Amino acid sequence: MTAFSIPSNLAVSENGFLFVPTTGETFTLNKIGISIFKLIQKGADSDEIIDALSEEYDVDKINLEKDFTDFINQLKHHNLIEEK
Amino acid sequence: MKIAVTGLNNIDNPGPGVPVIRGLKDSGNFDGSIIGLVYDSLEPGMYMDNVSDRNYLIPYPSNGLEVLYSRLEYINEIEHIDVLIPTLDSELYGFTKLAPKLEELGIKTFLPTTDNLNMRAKDKLFDFCEANEIRSPKNILATSIQDLYTIPSEFNYPVAVKGIFYDAYICNNFDEAKTAFHKISHKWGLPIIIQEFVKGDEYNVCALGDGSGETIGAVAMKKLYITDKGKGWAGISVKDETLINLSNKIMKALKWKSGSELEFVKEKNSNQYYLLEINPRFPAWVYLSVAAGQNLPYALYQLALGKKVEKFEDYEVGKIFIRYSWDLITDIKKFEEVAIKGELVNKPL
Repeated sequence: MTAFSIPSNLAVSENGFLFVPTTGETFTLNKIGISIFKLIQKGADSDEIIDALSEEYDVDKINLEKDFTDFINQLKHHNLIEEK
Repeated sequence: MKIAVTGLNNIDNPGPGVPVIRGLKDSGNFDGSIIGLVYDSLEPGMYMDNVSDRNYLIPYPSNGLEVLYSRLEYINEIEHIDVLIPTLDSELYGFTKLAPKLEELGIKTFLPTTDNLNMRAKDKLFDFCEANEIRSPKNILATSIQDLYTIPSEFNYPVAVKGIFYDAYICNNFDEAKTAFHKISHKWGLPIIIQEFVKGDEYNVCALGDGSGETIGAVAMKKLYITDKGKGWAGISVKDETLINLSNKIMKALKWKSGSELEFVKEKNSNQYYLLEINPRFPAWVYLSVAAGQNLPYALYQLALGKKVEKFEDYEVGKIFIRYSWDLITDIKKFEEVAIKGELVNKPL
């Protein structure tokens, strides 16, 4: 179980458009990315997010965990989330 | 009030004159006239709507200060200029020297001192940075091709090869550096600056110093789109306290008086800012500062008049400028006016 936080200066729009005010970088999340980001914003940890996604989407848990980890690593690489 | 502004060359490498004028007009407090001072009869700014009221050709700096002064004296007899804002690198030394004589004519300026200009000159920047503990890429000054042979021992390729005033090329090997050396030295003379290439994202800061060490305002921008000439064609306002504090430190160390553009690169691995250049005038993207909430051109105008200007404390991030090209259609009569008389009247006196 891992908990995440979102940097306080990150601007996040409802449409999944992310803007980092310190660097000018912008990112676009797809539908699932938006769902994950919203769950992180609500304070959900990795287990809770995976559970919520498996309920919402018809996908086996192993693939889901793999894709989720890849996505989280990308977010961390771009400093869009931090591990608590 | 009458304000004379240079740099109306809104071409693919635009001068800052037009955005400076936009800033003055957008302040809502300016109801004077704008006098365009142009070097070429095809500078687009003087043909644009609602930019300048009247325009006058002035001689290039290479013609000497006496010639420039006598032209300004003539223009002033007609216009009675209150404030003059030069906006181009190559003319600043000349205008700084002329400033006391212009003051006698009743023309106010707000220009960097000659010391200011020398300290930030491209060939002196590294020494300034070292003395003030500011990170800056290493450089060597090349006065002949022979000097290029020292590059591999000083630092590795790629390197940035830069002219003393304008032009820069990123060169990946000796042959490219040699070609760039010839190109730049032919156009802009010697020395040529060979600068270590620091990999990372570029950030620019548009700042206004009051001459006492205080920064009146500073807005940072990240280029989003760069032309093949290396010019920003789109950019976004960003805010990193480290970058703004560093800019304030530089303005303080220089006791900078006037507008400026500080160019930085954020080194990819260390995330440290390296100062690449200090341009001694507002950048062509200065209107982004106005849009972000800091009307720096108008603040400079106020300072030139000797008024007290409050420091800007904040600005809006996420404001974007996107340049575009537009074929302005005008009549040959206007061109003829400039070509024959050296003057173009958009709005009569």
